[in-house]
Amino acid sequence: MDTVATKAPMTHNMGLLRFATAGSVDDGKSTLIGRLLYDSKSIFTDQLESVERTSQERGDEYTNLALLTDGLRAEREQGITIDVAYRYFATPRRKFIIADTPGHIQYTRNMVTGASTADLAIVLVDARKGLVEQSRRHAFIVSLLRVPHLVLAVNKMDLVDWSEEVFEEISHEFAAFASKLAIPDLTAIPISALHGDNIVSRSENTPWYEGSSLLHHLEHVHIASDRNLVDVRFPVQYVIRPQSLQHADYRGYAGQIAGGVLKKGDEVMVLPSGLTSRIAAIETADGPVAEAFAPMSVTVRLEDELDVSRGDMICRPHNRPAVAQDIDAMICWMADTPLVPGQKLAIKHTTRSARALVKEMQYKLDVNSLHRDESATQLDLNDVGRVRLRTTAPLLADEYRRNRITGGFILVDESTNRTVGAGMITAAS
Amino acid sequence: MTLHDYQLSQLDILESESVHIIREVAAELERPALLFSGGKDSIVMLRLAEKAFWPAPIPFPVMHVDTGHNFPEVLEFRDRRVAELGVSLVVASVQEAIDRGLVAEEPNGSRNRIQTPVLLDAAEKNRFTALFGGARRDEEKARAKERVFSFRDDFGQWDPKNQRPELWNLYNGRIHLGESIRVFPLSNWTELDVWQYIAREQIEVPSIYHAHEREVFERDGMLFAANEFCRPRDNEATFIEKVRYRTVGDATLTAAVKSDADTIEKIIEEVAATRLTERGATRGDDRVSEAAMEDRKKEGYF
Repeated sequence: MDTVATKAPMTHNMGLLRFATAGSVDDGKSTLIGRLLYDSKSIFTDQLESVERTSQERGDEYTNLALLTDGLRAEREQGITIDVAYRYFATPRRKFIIADTPGHIQYTRNMVTGASTADLAIVLVDARKGLVEQSRRHAFIVSLLRVPHLVLAVNKMDLVDWSEEVFEEISHEFAAFASKLAIPDLTAIPISALHGDNIVSRSENTPWYEGSSLLHHLEHVHIASDRNLVDVRFPVQYVIRPQSLQHADYRGYAGQIAGGVLKKGDEVMVLPSGLTSRIAAIETADGPVAEAFAPMSVTVRLEDELDVSRGDMICRPHNRPAVAQDIDAMICWMADTPLVPGQKLAIKHTTRSARALVKEMQYKLDVNSLHRDESATQLDLNDVGRVRLRTTAPLLADEYRRNRITGGFILVDESTNRTVGAGMITAAS
Repeated sequence: MTLHDYQLSQLDILESESVHIIREVAAELERPALLFSGGKDSIVMLRLAEKAFWPAPIPFPVMHVDTGHNFPEVLEFRDRRVAELGVSLVVASVQEAIDRGLVAEEPNGSRNRIQTPVLLDAAEKNRFTALFGGARRDEEKARAKERVFSFRDDFGQWDPKNQRPELWNLYNGRIHLGESIRVFPLSNWTELDVWQYIAREQIEVPSIYHAHEREVFERDGMLFAANEFCRPRDNEATFIEKVRYRTVGDATLTAAVKSDADTIEKIIEEVAATRLTERGATRGDDRVSEAAMEDRKKEGYF
């Protein structure tokens, strides 16, 4: 056995971009992902051989790259994507995690799931069909989940003779719709996923297009400032108290920083108690650090012995989240049985668990027209609506638009234990 | 890590995410255990668990499902590592389960499939409610669909069509009596990430991962070690080859690859350049059918 004497090559300094893909059935989403994996040499020979063999057996006319991404037996049988899958590839510049979300059945639920952690979303549109209802719905979900960057990929440009006019028309129409939404960064790219145009390198078929290829954009889009590094939020996840002589008096609060920058010596407040202290040390197994920031997992020690436990939040005395039991939130409902007022559910928000009563249904949103239906009395599977909740214990909450981690929560059915809803806080008091 | 621009490398991000997952399980589930095979993924998991609770010890035991078909280097490594960390080790023995009639030896001699009932039996006896596994989504197409917290019913079964949605960094670990959660802290890691992390953290791995000379024979286009568990048939000639292992599993169906990579740096170069997946290259069990992994996972396999 031997241990390693030197550090890894420089490749470990690469950044990470998480992106979600959305598109209707047959818009070529699986082909696009297959193309990205193929052209970035992330498809292995044995995978490709397996896909070629299966394509042949099924009588497909060409190697069906979609088979790379449809992993389950039922998906391959039906030729559809059932659930979110995660794919990985890397270029010399960045590592990528793709949340591959299905286009048709259970679309909203799966797209919300994939978009919740995404830095960027790709909405695919068929150039021949232009914007369809689903394109608008996808854009809306991207904005609801506050995905900071959106790429409109106008696919199948080869089938509209590489027409600049078609591309411009679709891009403008989409931009007009997106302007009603919270989409800070929108980029439109004309592509052909099947032939690989404007995927890895700029295509000669679109001389009028002056932007970058899709991969170039994914490699260079600036995501460093997307995190909230202003508001210090440290949800206490686990209290570390070693039962050992060497660390007899050790009491550390472990957790993943949800926002801001923590520094040794900072004055801090613990919520919900409101007690204050200073940061005595920020520790990791590799030694203490002078400062730490989101999304680092660290252990914080305080100068004073306070009663702090899991579910509490460490913040700055003059910059606190709301301590609130009345929560207004946009909910995406994910269960077959509806959400109705009067219902009681378990809620998990940061590291805090409580119960929540559905007090009031404020409106249901038509995710295609953005129309608010205030007469709605329930949310069904895949519905999105605004709801008021009352929780049994206060949540230490921010508006979702300020912080996706301290503003997001899940709802769990207490009898089945299933995750039935995703919530994004709009107001807390 | 450079602090002035508040950027993390992808290894730092993956590490932080995994540590968060491990702490969530320790905080919310009553009796977790970490599956430890002595393979590179579970070695990395053990390091992450060590980091998650430092300076306190890892607050859960380690379990090894011992097929009885082990590479001796790996068993030696397992025992030493567990002793160093001071964690307790539960061994679920497939041989013992065969002896008492819980499972029967399969005709091909492989104990890969029959380790599932042994695992489930040991988990039940020890009342484990959560089991950490080192599986990664990049390994296999069925695993690409796996949740980080993967719900298993009271038969240990996975239902791919009926998974709990998983949003942000919020994990739902609520279960009823008899049910359990499989937890995959390395879900978002790739084989290359694992090796780069091993290099960065200077983690020791069993010697079979490094290129070494071994007596092998060829079967189904793969190189198998000739040993007491895995004997060449009459038409299979043995020869000495310089090889290393990409995965550590049941010695009867885990194949070696030709390699000169005798340092971690060379292994990383090799992994970065390879055109074969680690399982496709070296695991006989995944060649059974297109959905071999999915089918085994439904029964309770990792």
